[in-house]
Amino acid sequence: MLLIPCPWCGPRDEAEFRYGGQARVAYPEDPWALDDTAWAEYLFVRDNPEGWFAERWFHTAGCRRWCDVMRDTATNRVAGSAPTGASLTEVTK
Amino acid sequence: MDEAVNPTLPLPRVERQSPAGHLAQRCAATGSDSTVTLYEVPFLAQVELRVDPGEERCAARTAGEFLGCALPEPGRWTGHGRPHALWCGPGWYLVVDDSATGRGLAAGLAAAVGGEYGAQCASVVDVSAQRTVLELRGPRAREVLAHGCDLDLHPRRFGPGNYTHTLLAKATVGLQQLDNGPTYRLLVRASYADYLVNWLLDAMCEHVMEH
Repeated sequence: MLLIPCPWCGPRDEAEFRYGGQARVAYPEDPWALDDTAWAEYLFVRDNPEGWFAERWFHTAGCRRWCDVMRDTATNRVAGSAPTGASLTEVTK
Repeated sequence: MDEAVNPTLPLPRVERQSPAGHLAQRCAATGSDSTVTLYEVPFLAQVELRVDPGEERCAARTAGEFLGCALPEPGRWTGHGRPHALWCGPGWYLVVDDSATGRGLAAGLAAAVGGEYGAQCASVVDVSAQRTVLELRGPRAREVLAHGCDLDLHPRRFGPGNYTHTLLAKATVGLQQLDNGPTYRLLVRASYADYLVNWLLDAMCEHVMEH
């Protein structure tokens, strides 16, 4: 099981969270300018790296806030977490 | 003009029933002060206070004046007398009071944070019926909770003054430590109360055995 550091509640078990996929997917600056392919790309296509990955977790059984967590998808090591939008620990790839 | 009472029809039930009230006898029969005891503290007034991040300081001041205690820091609760203010999340507080009605407490708090402008800097909602409060007390209380709670409850990490939301036996609960007895308060949703009390009574079994 993962021990996820919630920025507000401290380290908590994975069972208290819901997964939210990749973090920091920016909303297109001008959505009307996108064609269907680009819009589908924005909606559905996500990175799937082996290694460090910024992802969103929702602390559903705790403070009920989203946070961004930097996790290594290969080893499940967690480098750090931050409130959504705040700067997250960057890990050298 | 009195309508005749039909003796064949049951009268409407007027007394309140607490979510774990039907288990009170089993709770009272399990455990002792020297091991661990469980009982329900029913019908506490509970009011949820939601504060906009930009209005945090204003709301903290006005709510604090009304409650007689400052709003708590993350992971803590405050209050010496009747109302307890519990920190649930960023800008999210629960006020628990055993000397008021939920409606009265909500009205008072809403007036305190909003004045005549009507809850300008916070939202106040009466949630008294959402959760019931269980108290688990005694030297073995921590061990009982450890059966189903992943949180580190060692006094070094979680002591009197701490409050947090977590999972206990897969049920979402608010966990508040009152004193070093230790006494824990579990704020559990009404529909989970029957399940959680049964689970707790089961978990208490091995700690209340006479050797």
